[in-house]
Amino acid sequence: MAFWRNKLRPFRAAHIGLAGFVVLVVCLGYGQTANSCLDCHSALPDPLGVTQEKFSQDIHAQKGLTCASCHGGDPTSDDPDKAMSRKAGWKGKIDRKEIPQLCGSCHSDPAYIRQFNPSLRTDQLGQYRTSVHGKRFAAGDTKVAVCTDCHGVHDLRAPSDPRSTVNPVNVANTCSRCHADAGYMKGYSIPTDQFAKYSTSVHHEALAVRGDLSAPTCTTCHGNHGAAPPGVDKVQNVCSNCHAFQAQMYERSSHKKAFEAASLPGCVVCHSNHGIRHPTDAYLGTGPDAVCMRCHTPGDACDQARAGLLSSLSRLDEAVKSADSVLQVAESSGMEVSEARLGQDQARDSLTKARVTIHSFRTELVDQDIQSGLKIAAKDLQAGNEAMVERNHRRLGLGISLIAIGIVLAGLRLYIKKIES
Amino acid sequence: MSPLRNVRSWLDQRFGWDDLIAPLRKKTVPLHRLSYWYFLGGITLFLFVIQVLTGILLLLYYRPGANEAFESVQYIMTRVQFGWLIRSIHSWSANLMIFTAFAHMFSVLFLKAYRKPRELTWVSGVLLLFLVMGFGFSGYLLPWNTLAFFATKVGTEITGQVPIVGKPMMIFLRGGEDVTGATLTRFFGFHVAVLPGIATVLLLLHLLLVQRLGISIPPKLEVQWTANPSAKREMKFLPNFLLRELMAWYVALGVLGALAAMFPWNLGVKADPFVSAPAGIKPEWYFLFMFQTLKLIPSKVWFIDGEILGVLAFGLVGLLWLLLPFFESDQPSHPKRWITGLAVFALAYVAGMSVYGLLAK
Repeated sequence: MAFWRNKLRPFRAAHIGLAGFVVLVVCLGYGQTANSCLDCHSALPDPLGVTQEKFSQDIHAQKGLTCASCHGGDPTSDDPDKAMSRKAGWKGKIDRKEIPQLCGSCHSDPAYIRQFNPSLRTDQLGQYRTSVHGKRFAAGDTKVAVCTDCHGVHDLRAPSDPRSTVNPVNVANTCSRCHADAGYMKGYSIPTDQFAKYSTSVHHEALAVRGDLSAPTCTTCHGNHGAAPPGVDKVQNVCSNCHAFQAQMYERSSHKKAFEAASLPGCVVCHSNHGIRHPTDAYLGTGPDAVCMRCHTPGDACDQARAGLLSSLSRLDEAVKSADSVLQVAESSGMEVSEARLGQDQARDSLTKARVTIHSFRTELVDQDIQSGLKIAAKDLQAGNEAMVERNHRRLGLGISLIAIGIVLAGLRLYIKKIES
Repeated sequence: MSPLRNVRSWLDQRFGWDDLIAPLRKKTVPLHRLSYWYFLGGITLFLFVIQVLTGILLLLYYRPGANEAFESVQYIMTRVQFGWLIRSIHSWSANLMIFTAFAHMFSVLFLKAYRKPRELTWVSGVLLLFLVMGFGFSGYLLPWNTLAFFATKVGTEITGQVPIVGKPMMIFLRGGEDVTGATLTRFFGFHVAVLPGIATVLLLLHLLLVQRLGISIPPKLEVQWTANPSAKREMKFLPNFLLRELMAWYVALGVLGALAAMFPWNLGVKADPFVSAPAGIKPEWYFLFMFQTLKLIPSKVWFIDGEILGVLAFGLVGLLWLLLPFFESDQPSHPKRWITGLAVFALAYVAGMSVYGLLAK
C-alpha cells in the first residue's frame, strides 16, 4: 500500500488506468460477439430467425443461458462448421417429441433451478404427464400442446411479465390459439366455443376489464401443466377455491345429493361453465333467465320455496334502494347522513349474504339475513326521513329569520328617514 | 327618563361615558357617489366578530386530534342542537370574510385611501388580510377530512420550497416531516390562540388608526373640496352611518343564514394518510390564484427551479404590496397613475387566475 501511495506517480497511474480501460472494452466487446449463433440467425427469416433484441428479452438469456444450453454446439466459434458440429454436441432444431423432456431436464432438477429461483416449482414435467395434453403426447399425438406452444420460444418471459403468453391476462388467448380453432381441433370431440363464451363471462370482465389478477382464467379451473377438465363430481371443488361460502352452503344442501345422483356437475348446472354471467335474482324467477324452473315443476313445494326466496330478496333489495334514494336527496340537500350511508353498506352486505345463503336452499337461513338487512335498511330510511324533516325545519326557520331580518331592515330604514328628516 | 337613558347616565357618572364616545359623535363620513365602499370594512369586522363567536361555540365540542377531530365535527353536525348551523355559519362566514377583506383592500386601493397619512392603516390592513388567509389555511385542516389533509400537505410542501428557511418552516408547521396528528394540534393552536391574538392587536391598531385619521376621500374630490369647502358633503358617523352599517350587517346575517341553511358546509370523508391524494386536488378558492400560477411556471426557469422562483416571487410581491403606499405621491392632485394600473392588473390577475384554477383539471 505504501508503494501505491508513495511511488505511483500520477502520470504512471494514468497509463495504468488507460490500459485497464482498454482491456475492459476488449472484454466487453468479446462478450458481445461471443454468441456467433445470433450473428447468422438474426439475419435469417422466421422460423429460423432470432435477433439479439428478441433473445435478450428471454428469461433464460437474462439468467445467463445461451443458444447452446438447448441446442448444443459452440457459440463461441465464428466458423459455422465448428459452431454447428455434431461432435460439439450440436442438436439443431429440437424435435417436437423431445421438447417436454428437454425443458424438464432443467425444470425438473430442483438443485439446478434453485440457483436461479428457489421458489420455482420443479414438478411441471410430472404434472404434464398427467394432463390430457401429456397423455395424448405420450400416445404419439404431436398436435397437442408442448411447453413451447404456451410459453413461446426464444423470447420466453416470466409469467409475472404482462407480455408473457402465460401471464394471467394472456392465458385465455394463448389457450384459444388451439382450442378456438375448429380446424385444428377437428378430430378431438370437444367444443371450440369456450373462449367465445369465456369472453362474455363475469370472470373475463373481472380479469381483462377490471384488471383483477385474482379472477379466474382457463388454468385456474383446469390447471396449467396438468391441464384436464374437472370431473363432473369435482366441479364444486374447483369453484369452492374462490367461492368458499357458496360451496359450504351447497355441500350441506339437498341439491348436492340430488345432483350427484343425477350425475349433474354441481355449480355448472345453474351457472354454466365458461360463459358464467353475473347472477341476478331473476335466476330464481320464472322468466327467461330462470334456472330453478329448468328442473322443477310449477306449483310444487320447491317452486313455492323459490317464490318465497325471490320475494324476500326483492323485498330487501327494494328496501335498500328506497333508503338509498331518500339518503341521497338528504345528502344533496347538505344534510349530514354519513352514519346512515355507512349503515346502508351493512344492509347491502346482508343482501349479498342472503344471495350467498341461497346456495343452502333453506328459506329459514336466507330469512335470517333478509330480516337483519331489512332492520338496518328501515333504520337508515328513518334516518333519511328524519334528515328530510330536519331540512324542512331549517328552511322554515330560515324563512322566518329572513322575514324578521327584513322587518328590522325596514324599521332601521324608517328610523334613519325619521332622524334625517 | 327611559331605561336606556338611565343606564347611560349611570355609566356617565362613573366612567365619563359621554367623554368616551365624544370622538365618535364628532366623527363624520364623507358623502359622495362612492361612499358605499366604506361599508366593506365594517362588514369584514362584523364577519370577524361572527367568526369569534361561532368559533368559541365550536370550541365547546371540537377535539383536536387525528383520532377525534373528524368525529367531533361530525358530532357537532349531527347531534349538537344547532351545531350544524354554528359550524356552517363559521365556514361560510370565513369565506365571506376573506372575500370582503379582499374587496375592502381593492376598494381602498382604487379610492387611493392608502395615501399619506394612512400608510400604516394600509400596512396593518394588508397584514390583517395575510392573517385572515392564515386563519383560512389553519382552519381548513381542523375537520381532518381528506380534502383538507391533502390541501395542507400540498400547501406546506410549497412552504418547504423557500430556500434556506423553507424546510425548517415546513417542519415547524407540520410538527414533523409529514402531515400528521401533530400538524392538526399545531394548526389548532395557531387557529384559536396565536392568530386571534395577533389579529386582535392588529385589528385594534387598524381601527384606532381609522378613528384617528378619519375616513379618506378620493384624491380628485379632495382637491375639489379643498378648493371649494362649501361643496363638502358629510354624514354623521353616529348614528347616521352606523345605522346604515347596521343594515349592511343585517343583510350579511341574512345571506349567512341562507347559505348555512340551504348549503350546509360539507364534512367530507375522514382523512386517511395511507390512501393516495384525490385526483385534481385544489386549495381553497382564495389560494387558487397562487396555486395556478405555480402550476403554470415551467419546472426550470433558466437554472432556477420554477416552484422556488414562484414562491420567491410571491414573497417579493407580498412585501412590495405591503409597502405600496410609500411609492405613492404625497400630492392628491398628482396621484401615481402606475399604481392604479397595477391595481387593475392585480385585480384582473387574481380574479382571472382564480377562475382559471377553478376550471382547470
